[in-house]
Amino acid sequence: MTASTSVFGKHERAALITPVIANNPIGVQVLGICSALAVTTRVDKALVMAIGVTLVTAFANLAVSLVRNYTPSSIRIIVQLAIIASLVIMVDQVLKAFLFEISLELSVFVGLIITNCIVMGRAEGYAMQNPPWASFLDGIGNGLGYGLVLILVAVVRELLGAGKLFGVTILTTQSDGGWYEPNGLMLLAPSALFTIALLIWLLRTWKPELQEKS
Amino acid sequence: MPKTDSTRYTFLFAAAVCVVCALLVAASAVGLRERQENNQVIYRQKNVLLAAGLVKPEQKVSDRELQAIFDQNIVVRLIDLKTGALVPEGKIDAKSYDQKKARNDPAQSRVAPPNPALVARLPNYGAVYLVTRGVKDTPPELVVLPIEGMAMWGTVYGFIALDRDGNTVRGLTFYDQKETPGLGGEIGNPKWQALWQGRKAYDASWEPKLTVIKGQAGPPDKDPHRIDGLSGATITSNGISRVIAFWFSRDGYAPYLKQLREGAKS
Repeated sequence: MTASTSVFGKHERAALITPVIANNPIGVQVLGICSALAVTTRVDKALVMAIGVTLVTAFANLAVSLVRNYTPSSIRIIVQLAIIASLVIMVDQVLKAFLFEISLELSVFVGLIITNCIVMGRAEGYAMQNPPWASFLDGIGNGLGYGLVLILVAVVRELLGAGKLFGVTILTTQSDGGWYEPNGLMLLAPSALFTIALLIWLLRTWKPELQEKS
Repeated sequence: MPKTDSTRYTFLFAAAVCVVCALLVAASAVGLRERQENNQVIYRQKNVLLAAGLVKPEQKVSDRELQAIFDQNIVVRLIDLKTGALVPEGKIDAKSYDQKKARNDPAQSRVAPPNPALVARLPNYGAVYLVTRGVKDTPPELVVLPIEGMAMWGTVYGFIALDRDGNTVRGLTFYDQKETPGLGGEIGNPKWQALWQGRKAYDASWEPKLTVIKGQAGPPDKDPHRIDGLSGATITSNGISRVIAFWFSRDGYAPYLKQLREGAKS
């Protein structure tokens, strides 16, 4: 436990940085695919979702780690779930109070953060064995890694599907008098699957050590 | 056996976790409630303005600007839904009248007659939003009427704006709906909502006639009673037709609209 005494030692840096790319939750751990399909039609929605998941993962990891030495092992999963569910409800309440119009579209997905495998996966897989600060950073790192993929996918989908980014027109579509014929498939869920698959392929080509040996 | 694995400890720990989580959730819900309710009121007002065309869908307006536009242009009045008569001003404060609450309160509402839009209860008084642009004692330029009813996944809530002839549609919005995004959810798309402008709610004998059809309708002047259906969303489209049919029927706004058009003529 020598590493835990330092505020930003090697252990903490690794917790924060490796999940962004080298151990990316979507690209490598293949967690959290479900919500990545649903909220990536627009970049602004993906951004809010990424922030929500990052906050929930970070604070869930922190809370789970704080009580890890007191948690009876027989009920540890349900304790994690209670903590995560409470945090998700709080995120939803904050969105409804401060970002009302975005919350209208996101509320149903925010509720689904509870079932996002990343949150429970990190709580059980990391926070139960590691000190609070490192766990918190691991949550931030995984949230960022998830958010990075989410935003990349959303950029591709919104740009090709609607010719816009953040709701601002980039490629003027033909229906608005421009030249761009939008690809309607990009606004439907399957396109997210294709885009994520392409990203995973690119990531594993770039870093061949991530490929599983068959 | 370590201390943390005893049954007694496990129960105590579980109870403690529950209490702490419940306190946090309750605190966030109660602490933010006022702000959230305020947001909902403003969002409904925004949708009234959207239906009336006083705010454009792509326009970015702050909450304060919205309220200023609302207060300058709109007068909220209550009508007796059975007779269609305007409730005298001052009897009930129309601006703070909570129609959803009234609808669920047996003292202020009644069971709706069986209807295909599956509206269960009707309040005694319904709010109507008169677009007067600050001019007093003239027939309103437009009226904006709240509508609601069952579509596919749940109840949709919206507003429809009518000309003072009580017949010509000037705008439509939905501010709360749970239809499938991309399919039925397209009822929230301003482009589809724009198709409603200029259509007529009633036929020559004042029977509600406006319906969402399968396929494409003609321009409003040639095809005044039909709206393009949403592809892939037949059930939602039919649901919207039923909601419109109900609210323009005698159980809905027909008595009020009759008085409105007769008042507008004289």
